[in-house]
Amino acid sequence: MSTPHAHYGFAERWLPRLVLAPSFLLTLIFLYGFIAWNGYLSFTNSRLLPNYEWAGLVQYATLFENERWWVAVRNLGAFAVLFIGGAMAIGITLAILLDQKVRGEGAIRTLYLYPMALSFVVTGTAWKWMLNPGLGLEKLMHDWGFTSFTFDWLVNSEMSIYTVVIAGLWQSSGFVMALFLAGLRGVDDSIIKAAQIDGASLPRIYWKIILPALRPVVFSTLMILSHIAIKSFDLVMALTGGGPGFSSDLPATFMYSMAFTRGQTGLGAASAMMMLATVAAIVVPYLYSELRKEQNG
Amino acid sequence: MRNVKMGLIASSLMLAFSVQAAEVEVLHYWTSGGEAKAAAELKKMMEGKGNKWKDFAVAGGGGENAMTALKTRVVSGNPPAAAQIKGPSIQEWGDEGVLGSIDGVAKKEGWDKVLPPVVSNVMKYKGQYVAAPVNVHRVNWLWINPELLKKANAKVPTTWDEFFVTAAALQKAGIQPLAYGGQPWQDSTVFESVTLGVGGVDFYKKAFVQLDPATLSGPTMVKVLETYKKLKPFTDKNAAGREWNLATSMVINGKAAMQFMGDWAKGEFLAAGKVPGKDFLCVAAPGTANAFTFNIDSFAMFKLKDASAVKGQNDLASTLMSPAFQEVFNLNKGSIPARTDLAMDKFDECGKKSAVDFKATASKGGLVPSWAHGMAMKSATQGAVYDAVTQFWNNDKMSAKDAAMKLAAAAKMK
Repeated sequence: MSTPHAHYGFAERWLPRLVLAPSFLLTLIFLYGFIAWNGYLSFTNSRLLPNYEWAGLVQYATLFENERWWVAVRNLGAFAVLFIGGAMAIGITLAILLDQKVRGEGAIRTLYLYPMALSFVVTGTAWKWMLNPGLGLEKLMHDWGFTSFTFDWLVNSEMSIYTVVIAGLWQSSGFVMALFLAGLRGVDDSIIKAAQIDGASLPRIYWKIILPALRPVVFSTLMILSHIAIKSFDLVMALTGGGPGFSSDLPATFMYSMAFTRGQTGLGAASAMMMLATVAAIVVPYLYSELRKEQNG
Repeated sequence: MRNVKMGLIASSLMLAFSVQAAEVEVLHYWTSGGEAKAAAELKKMMEGKGNKWKDFAVAGGGGENAMTALKTRVVSGNPPAAAQIKGPSIQEWGDEGVLGSIDGVAKKEGWDKVLPPVVSNVMKYKGQYVAAPVNVHRVNWLWINPELLKKANAKVPTTWDEFFVTAAALQKAGIQPLAYGGQPWQDSTVFESVTLGVGGVDFYKKAFVQLDPATLSGPTMVKVLETYKKLKPFTDKNAAGREWNLATSMVINGKAAMQFMGDWAKGEFLAAGKVPGKDFLCVAAPGTANAFTFNIDSFAMFKLKDASAVKGQNDLASTLMSPAFQEVFNLNKGSIPARTDLAMDKFDECGKKSAVDFKATASKGGLVPSWAHGMAMKSATQGAVYDAVTQFWNNDKMSAKDAAMKLAAAAKMK
């Protein structure tokens, strides 16, 4: 009876590895492999097609001298702060309001969450119509008689990035609300009741007890929103096309136009590496803290 | 086991077939109405010569998507037989060492004799033909709705001073003078016409063909930029991001009186049932009557190993340059033939005028490449100059002097 036992041992030892091997290999090649390839390209003089001659930091130097890149970086800063902060604030507020045991909560929740079901391209196109001065909001107000009303951010090169913020908020706030609502429902009722018995007011209960208990939700939401912000591409393309001019460019749209339409593959690769570094700056400390917590716990 | 065998036999048979029929795969981005019709003509002619046509159409007017698709195919070592590439990009692809020569066909058919040197030079890489031209677009056109001009009692402008008088008269009559599409390439298309009209042919060549920094930042360029910016009050503020054909339809529908755009705009007028000379006018942009900014569509041939595929490539090159194809294609596309030896009887008034000007300017030196349409600069340089122009147009705080400095800096991008 020793043979079947040996077989079982073999399977036990190798089966998990065999099952995991393909996906491990695919991740290794198609994620880390291509990151490495892109990293190498950013140190070459690649033009139309990749070439592999080492050129040092030329592309990074060109990138940092490029005015359009800095416009993209500044835009990302403004967009990220307003988008993440705004979506969190609106989402939490909506979640708290919905948590008051209102009637028809299911329907309202679906309504708020629904924008998330649309792609950013659809969101962008819809808001493009609504914000166009000759077509949407401004025209509507004029037709109603408020002729002094102006809202031309979409076609104003100094304000165009904020229209991206508006559309982004509309899209993502409902999603943040859903996450927080789930979190709120997970808070132990007995603690809240105890606080109520002690005579704490509702806002105080939220501020001092419930929200601190939602720390993990806050962190995962922040993670999701910040990486949406950094890789945001389709929203800008559909809403403003990066314009007027290049005033609403983000690093992602910058990278695309350099690498794919301007024959500057090397420069595009360098800007992609800068984006990766930005994402890493957020993700790595988060993973570090999470993993350390696991070890301690 | 049986199934496997059958499958193997079937797949080897299919392989054999695909090797035998000379298949010509052509990447192009002619997907809109008139363009698709023109591509269908090409297919018909190629199949008439016993070739198997394989369509590789990638949607997206400017060809950006097509170029992305092309890059992946070339990088993977599997290029199509031919692709729609134009201008200095042909040289860029040549530098990558992936283009094949069609010099044999060109010599046999005497292309050098029927193409103006400015055109044939673009089609050659290191002295050998690697691409075949199919048409010539003129970019420096001004499209006019004559009815609106009559309403405002305004004249058709021939100089920039006259243009601003006409525009002011139109505005006074409550008509929007200029239909404008605010996309970077359109900004540059208009700017290019202004440069040619204000600075003249030699200035244009020095600035945008030779990329001379002193010319780009000099006083004439400042004047050009100021004139360009003076157009802005005559456009509407919804112009930002507008497609060119929407701007054209504003002229067609009488919502605006004029538009600066290449002769592909004619296709929109004709599709709307308008008659050239009566419902709409095509005139050279102010001050550019003796000049011609050209934009030439062409097909570059890729290096292929298979001998029968090379034969197909030569057939394609010969078909593209044949008088029959050049005529029928350009009647559909709104442009004029690249060959200068064809009769223009079947073409409309604008086409005839364009052909006459093309020949005249070719002999007198007024034929200049359109940089806004990728005929004068490498794509990186062109992109940087686009950025400078579009930034100046959209930023009302930037002075013309600063913009000129930015142009000179952009031209250094290689």
